[in-house]
Amino acid sequence: MASEIQLTDVTKRYGRRKPAVDNFSMTIPAGEIVVFVGPSGCGKTTTMRMINRLIEPTSGTITIGGEDTSTLDPDKLRRTIGYAIQQAGLFPHMTVAQNIGVVPGLLGWDRKKIADRVEEMLDTVGLDAAEFHDRFPRQLSGGQQQRVGVARALAADPPVLLMDEPFGAVDPITRGNLQDELMRLQGELRKTIVFVTHDFDEAVKLGDRIAVLGEQSKILQYDTPDVILANPADDTVAGFVGAGASLKQLTLRRVRDVELVQPEVIVSTQDEPDEIRRRLTDAGRSYALMLDARRRPVAWVHVREPRVRRPIRDMVAAESTVQDALEAILTEGGNAVVTGARGEFKGLVEIDTVMAVIRDLRETV
Amino acid sequence: MTSTAVATERGATEREETKKASSLRMFAQPIVVVVLVVGVLVWAFTRDLDAIEKQSINAPVLLDAVWDHLVISFVVTALVLIIAVPLGIVLTRQWARASAPVFLAIATIGQASPAIGILVLFFLVSGWEGLWAAALPITFYTLLPVLRNTMVGLQQVDPALVDAGRGIGMSAFAVLRRIEIPLAVPLILAGLRTALVHAVGVATMAVFVNGGGLGLLIDTGYKLSRITVLITGSVLAVALALLVDWLGTVAEQYLGPKGIR
Repeated sequence: MASEIQLTDVTKRYGRRKPAVDNFSMTIPAGEIVVFVGPSGCGKTTTMRMINRLIEPTSGTITIGGEDTSTLDPDKLRRTIGYAIQQAGLFPHMTVAQNIGVVPGLLGWDRKKIADRVEEMLDTVGLDAAEFHDRFPRQLSGGQQQRVGVARALAADPPVLLMDEPFGAVDPITRGNLQDELMRLQGELRKTIVFVTHDFDEAVKLGDRIAVLGEQSKILQYDTPDVILANPADDTVAGFVGAGASLKQLTLRRVRDVELVQPEVIVSTQDEPDEIRRRLTDAGRSYALMLDARRRPVAWVHVREPRVRRPIRDMVAAESTVQDALEAILTEGGNAVVTGARGEFKGLVEIDTVMAVIRDLRETV
Repeated sequence: MTSTAVATERGATEREETKKASSLRMFAQPIVVVVLVVGVLVWAFTRDLDAIEKQSINAPVLLDAVWDHLVISFVVTALVLIIAVPLGIVLTRQWARASAPVFLAIATIGQASPAIGILVLFFLVSGWEGLWAAALPITFYTLLPVLRNTMVGLQQVDPALVDAGRGIGMSAFAVLRRIEIPLAVPLILAGLRTALVHAVGVATMAVFVNGGGLGLLIDTGYKLSRITVLITGSVLAVALALLVDWLGTVAEQYLGPKGIR
């Protein structure tokens, strides 16, 4: 379930100063992630907060699913719009379960239904219900808090979700994981999500569409990440896209979308070194990939030293971006090893495959 | 990185130390109270008392004095809670914030003026005697710590939490009741403990407006030069203050919100 959001000529003026948001019009399609990206103080957060009326527009209309928000009770309106903010904003004196149950409680669900929903949400955001249910927020890591924050926002199954730099305060690795998680969730839930960030890479990774905003929330460009990366509307947008646009385009393609190759020689941890050497020599290859009994990659083995297991330094998953794969190729000095959901070996990504993706991206845009 | 690690570590040891100090106090303070009370009573009752002393140093009179003292302190606490907490809440709302300095100034005057002065002035103006003549001015005198702590407690609640609460659909009142007040409770209780200890101390002056209490013993002992009566009254007042302080600490320990300690 998702709803289209329509902003028409929305203006926010504080006193007699020039407007913070000036004549903003945009259609946010149902079921898509639209990312507002722009410099600090450009009005992107103000614009987002007018959607759930935390800030009242001075003029203009905002409709969600065709309904004019100004005709609704603001508190009731907000219960139907998920809201996730930086550092999660969890209530420190409430347990994880109580935090997640707040909105269902406000909507008057009965106890049993709330309890079931809390379990379900913890599961959805990848936290073990039994372990985290009764914890307090300060007993969680930043990433876990953020997951709970997302669970709280989604608890009442709102058609629309507003996210204000939700992953701004966590370390880069956790942020990457949370972004992947959000993509996975969105794949299942198909909400209309408005996501505010100042990190353009995050925008490219998450957005179905990106709105690059300038002063007073002026829309500099509103389009798909592909188009913005390939054809920035003006110098300001180009500056925001920054260097390495081609590299960023690689984040738009996933490893599962490209063709994987299978190595000539795959050996198992049980194989004798002599056997490995013989098979490599027969195939005319110098490296074999070694898998364990459950087909998980263990090491590379060279024909001259079949006893030595050379560790695989960097592997990628099917959900990883092609940019991650390129990174792994450069680290490994060879092909990137791709693993599936249970860590099992899927195939290799070659540098030629990456080049083909880049060529393809250039041509399609 | 290293400097923050060191800072956190230092913070942790400091917390450890305060923790140790407070658990020591939790344990030792009631013992001190018992030792003081038993000590002074045994001492007073085993002395050779003259007829005048005997009129004060006997169980019914002592119990009466302690009871009156407790009643005054309790009434003051109740009044302070009823007045200062709601006032603190109102004064931190957006629409009333401008008037906060006025009320804080009045409460500060209350605390800064000598308690005996307020007591006597109130008596002169009202002409009342007894419990209320003592409790009302003492309330005025002890209002400030609770009022100020309620305000500070509410103001230090992270605005992001208020925003989150409103953002997910809580009304302003729900945010106050479910987020702001629970998070301000530790500071409110700390203020209340301070106020209570003040109240127990100042309640010794209730005797001047015929309010009874342990001040009666102190006053009698002083005026009639009976040192035993004077000392018994003083020590019991000190013990009572320590006891109230301890109860306050226990309350802070157990009534504060879980999850933020």
